Amino acid sequence: MKKKLNITQLDRRSFLQVTALAGGGVMIGLYAPKALAQGRGGGPAAAPVPSNYITINPNNTFTVVAKNPETGQGIRNALPMIIADELDVDWSQVTVKQADRDAAKYGQQIEGGSTAIPSNYTPMRQIGAAGRALVLAAAADNWSVPVTELTTASGVVRHAASNRTATYGSLAAKAATMQLPANIALKDPKDFKIIGKPLPGVDNLAIVTGKPAFSVDVNPPNMLHAIFEKCPVFGGRVVNANIDEIKKLPGIRHAFIVTPPTPPAAAAGAPPAGGRGGGGPNIPSGVAIVADNWWLAQNARKSLRITWDEGATATQSTAGYTATAKQLKAAADQAPAAAPAAAPAAAPAPGGRGGPQIAAVGNVDAAFTAAGNKVVEQEYYFPLLAHAPLEPQNSTAHYQNGKLEIWSPSQIPNVDPCGAAAGITGADVTMHLVRAGGGFGRRLQSEYDLEVSRIARLVADERTAAGQPSVPVKLLWSREDDMHFDNYRPAAYHYFKGAVDASGKLVAFKDFVGAFPNTGSGTPIPSNEFPRGFVPNFLVTSGNITPFNVPTGALRAPGTNGTTFAMQSIIDELAIAANKDPLQFRLDVLNSPEGPAVGGFSAARAIGVVEKVRQMSNWNTRRASLPRGTGMGVAFQFAHAGYVAYVVEAAVDANKRIKINKAWAAVDIGRQIVNPSMAKNLVEGGFIEGMSHIMHWEITIDKGRVVQNNFTEFQPTRMQQVARNLVEVEFVLSDNNPTGLGEPSLPPAVPAITNAIFHASGVRIRSLPLVHAGYSWAT
Amino acid sequence: MPNYRLTVNGSQRTVDVPADMPLLWVLRDTLNLKGTKFGCGVGACGACTVHINNEARRSCVTQVSGVNQQITTIEGLSADGSHPLQRAWMELDVPQCGYCQAGQLMSAAALLRKTPRPSDADINGAMTGNVCRCGTYLRIREAIHLAANGGRRA
Repeated sequence: MKKKLNITQLDRRSFLQVTALAGGGVMIGLYAPKALAQGRGGGPAAAPVPSNYITINPNNTFTVVAKNPETGQGIRNALPMIIADELDVDWSQVTVKQADRDAAKYGQQIEGGSTAIPSNYTPMRQIGAAGRALVLAAAADNWSVPVTELTTASGVVRHAASNRTATYGSLAAKAATMQLPANIALKDPKDFKIIGKPLPGVDNLAIVTGKPAFSVDVNPPNMLHAIFEKCPVFGGRVVNANIDEIKKLPGIRHAFIVTPPTPPAAAAGAPPAGGRGGGGPNIPSGVAIVADNWWLAQNARKSLRITWDEGATATQSTAGYTATAKQLKAAADQAPAAAPAAAPAAAPAPGGRGGPQIAAVGNVDAAFTAAGNKVVEQEYYFPLLAHAPLEPQNSTAHYQNGKLEIWSPSQIPNVDPCGAAAGITGADVTMHLVRAGGGFGRRLQSEYDLEVSRIARLVADERTAAGQPSVPVKLLWSREDDMHFDNYRPAAYHYFKGAVDASGKLVAFKDFVGAFPNTGSGTPIPSNEFPRGFVPNFLVTSGNITPFNVPTGALRAPGTNGTTFAMQSIIDELAIAANKDPLQFRLDVLNSPEGPAVGGFSAARAIGVVEKVRQMSNWNTRRASLPRGTGMGVAFQFAHAGYVAYVVEAAVDANKRIKINKAWAAVDIGRQIVNPSMAKNLVEGGFIEGMSHIMHWEITIDKGRVVQNNFTEFQPTRMQQVARNLVEVEFVLSDNNPTGLGEPSLPPAVPAITNAIFHASGVRIRSLPLVHAGYSWAT
Repeated sequence: MPNYRLTVNGSQRTVDVPADMPLLWVLRDTLNLKGTKFGCGVGACGACTVHINNEARRSCVTQVSGVNQQITTIEGLSADGSHPLQRAWMELDVPQCGYCQAGQLMSAAALLRKTPRPSDADINGAMTGNVCRCGTYLRIREAIHLAANGGRRA
């Protein structure tokens, strides 16, 4: 059965159009209308320009465009796979081509929030199906047979009754002249040949042979290399610098204090509040050094003498934030609770988990003092974190004759602020999307794009004044720059109080969050965070720790990656207080909703992954027969539209050395896994990232600057800590729309491990990272 | 600036660079061999791993003036991806972002040269200096075993 879909229902804002190519190829595009084309940049919308998702070549090969940037989640595979399947060609016939940034052609081109699959899954199917429909129409016309008698496979149309076949390539020129049918059938998912198959990454050969596949490898002719020295204190400014001495060093071509762009050009795309202040609206104050190669520029930093105005942030420290959090908590205890705000009943968009910061149901205080109730009161803390993608931030730009060409590794590429930084408009910016060596949310904020755009403009101006031709410039941050100038995962202080009654039922839950004002994700606790909606007396409030001038941003599963540690740990504590098995306790709470679902949270899906992971890990019997010093912990989370539950088995020895023996992951991201190979890889990687969060990772602030400098002080998980076959993954295929997986796999990994540590050792982990409590990995 | 004669992937190259310039930047910026990656600059992540006289070395902390043996980079592991490790990496679809993988492959190749059938402990010893921020260690380990086993799944 083919599902009929009216083309006008594609998306009310999009339509398809077909263009013939010289040489017999045909392009099939999804056209974005004016509203979408206007979207980001404002200004007058250009007439819709054909996009170029599919090119049918005369030799029956197919070029399929990957619209989104690739940072390591496999979207460069996934979106073209979806198109190719509906087009009904073989993956081996397909060449993938990366799109440039082009709002008019492609609308949003964002790799973040685990949104690329949910927002593109159906449109990509429709594009592929439309391509197939055109080829079918051409064949039907050629052979004078009804379309319904035709079938396709591997890029060939077949008319069984007359035993005729024709390749798509041979039909391409004709197809370009055909009218797109009003109704286009999408495949029945059981007929998928590419979607759902574990297909290796399209860039794998380039990666394993060392081809220049990454942003840092971009190398246009005559390129110079830049560093950008910024004030180590956030918001500090250059007073003066020994620029003339720097210019005399070997290989140094340019050195200057970076000045702001001429107003009013700089406006759009401002970095987050609490940013770095400095030389322009969007660009921090600092000194650029531009040299023949990067090391010469980097080495010249040793000779750089800058007088900084460090500004007000120089008085801030992590110790001060902690003290402020305690004061906020004490004040909150004295103040009457503010009026409660209702949580949204509808599901937020994937990734959007904002909502009121205050939630109040029932009367928690009465429950805490009621006879027979057992009360648990504990404090939790998790620190600021850097993203530390392995490829340090970098970008390459060429300013020439009023135009800017930029090669960006951004997860959310945007021409307008780059144009503003270069003193031009976004319309004069050409942006190429280049593979990035890891994102994790770091490249959702693209200061390096703005910085290189500004530096490239200033280099061009200097060269023009000296009668020299303009050249491209690559800005590359050192690892220390990357660690010192991140947009950090916000820390938080949680002050919990909960109660269970004599039967072990969770009857009260209270949390005060000492949070940071610019959390990147908008709220310290998602409005639909479990156990909200499952407790008769519930109160969540928060207070902002100010002043706080450290930039923050989205790290993989923003809003939940730290929160899950705190929430799924205190739930574990309440389970112990209730004398219940911690996995069964979670199910019991999930099975006792207090009213309708909150914010799209589905108890059934959460129960589904918890039950699945119980079965996978053989929880009931295995946990009862573990050797001394070994324990099993469980945690689950609803993050970015996906549901993930982990069980972890870990051993803790007398010297606090931890060995993770096994992790089981049950994952529900809907009815269809587009590429199971990458999906499994992302879950394994999410768990392994969680190990980094637990043991070593933290960013601390002293005198307004980041203390940690490099991986030596920000140790990631390493091979020896990852036992063979450590992570076992199973997907629960619930009947829900497919969603993304970059994010959901991380958050519950952390408390599943710390809950296992508790079961193994009796020690409850309430503060991260563990290295401060004397723990290390067993080797 | 002095001249240095290097043997890179079997070719003689002469470079005119400062004595203390790290080999990494000579490879990347002077010789335009972009496969070797910059990750930390202090020998803490392994992204810059190359072979010097068949031993895995961190090129970001190796000054060019001290290198007078054969250098092999990821571009020299094989011209076409046919090295058993490269084939295993592709068969098991190891990469996520892929940025660390050149360094991982070079460390693994040095391991297999000395220890053709490595144990898990051997792999831990040889590979722990190589960070994979995406966390592909499980597949890296399996790919090393696969290559060591002649491409046959154990």
